[in-house]
Amino acid sequence: MSAVWAVLRRELLLAARHPSDWAQPLVFYAIVAVLFPFGVEVQDPALKTFAPAIVWVGALLAALLGVERIFRGDLDDGTLEQWLLSDVPAPLLVFAKLAAHWLLTALPLVLAAPFLAIALGLPAPAVKVLVLSLLLGTPCLIFTGGFAAALTVGAQRAGILLPILVLPLMTPAVIFGGGAVRAAAAGLPFEAPLYFLGALLALTVTLLPFATAGALRNALE
Amino acid sequence: MTAPATRLEVSGLAVARGDRSVVEGLGFSVATGEILHIRGRNGAGKTSLLEVLCGLRHPAAGRIASGPQPAELHWLGHKNGLNPALSAEENLRFWCALNGQPRAAVDAVLEPALQRVGLKALRHRPCGKLSTGQRRRAALARLLALPRPWWFLDEPLAGLDQSGIELLTDLLEAHARGGGAVLLTSHQPLPERLPGVRLLDLAR
Repeated sequence: MSAVWAVLRRELLLAARHPSDWAQPLVFYAIVAVLFPFGVEVQDPALKTFAPAIVWVGALLAALLGVERIFRGDLDDGTLEQWLLSDVPAPLLVFAKLAAHWLLTALPLVLAAPFLAIALGLPAPAVKVLVLSLLLGTPCLIFTGGFAAALTVGAQRAGILLPILVLPLMTPAVIFGGGAVRAAAAGLPFEAPLYFLGALLALTVTLLPFATAGALRNALE
Repeated sequence: MTAPATRLEVSGLAVARGDRSVVEGLGFSVATGEILHIRGRNGAGKTSLLEVLCGLRHPAAGRIASGPQPAELHWLGHKNGLNPALSAEENLRFWCALNGQPRAAVDAVLEPALQRVGLKALRHRPCGKLSTGQRRRAALARLLALPRPWWFLDEPLAGLDQSGIELLTDLLEAHARGGGAVLLTSHQPLPERLPGVRLLDLAR
């Protein structure tokens, strides 16, 4: 476990040195959610209908912003080589790195979401479900994005390739996350989509670090 | 628990870079206390061979019959493994913590290691603001802070000035005399005072 703490501590230290890395997705997220109502009538009931989708798609796009850079710096400065030669299992280091990335870039989005949702007119019970769905869903987005980042880390045009790769993989999280919030807003049972999200979370955080470590090893070969 | 590796043996080793085979039918062994100097022209496959030997890439053919485990080796490639936003001390602390060194043990080894490579005064400066040679010295400090018997060094002399080369020679000499093994690539001939140096010329 000391290796996990070492990686977490290093990532927090780096985030403190480069605040723009974690602030950029948050600012982007706020801009998307704040600007959206200007495109429609403020009193338009459609805004309330679309609020779950706006908050969820905004979170997805904001989470995608920094994903390409997750492993780039570590590849450039030789850290990845050292990780893959370490006696600590590479999937564990990948897990720690992605967990730190979630903590720094996605957790602020989850915390900001209730304010944006209320501003968009989402009812209070649905806001609670929104936060829960983002708590379950954003790690799926980050771990999936991390896997795609590892696949493209050595590629010249990763900026184009990565969203194409990652969007189909992230779609289920948006479908179930948005679905749960929509159901809660309509006063319908919302548990089933959350269970799906939970299952997705369990799968992504346990399996994708292995796939990501394999992709990183492949990138160095 | 496996006994520490005292010998690295390879036979029939082939190394490929992309579709191109760069080394074929290579067989040799290295024991602790020896220094293997891998020499060859540009593109001869020195770096690729070293990467295969330390486990960073797979051989195209042949096998490594015996060799060190990850916990027994240090790899120092063209990249130094130092984050440019962190200082030499922060980078070293990270690598020590990653490898399970308790904080008190890290405190005890850090200052002597930085002192030995001449970076004590620059320990808090971000590595991105150090010169190429100073970053190389910081990477060498990692070898001292985390003692391991097998060193795989790819062009370790690159970027070092004369005093840096003297420092590296001293480190290699001390490591080999202390029972460690070194496999390194270098265009330059190694200083004669180094003990147990064997040459592997990839041109032949």
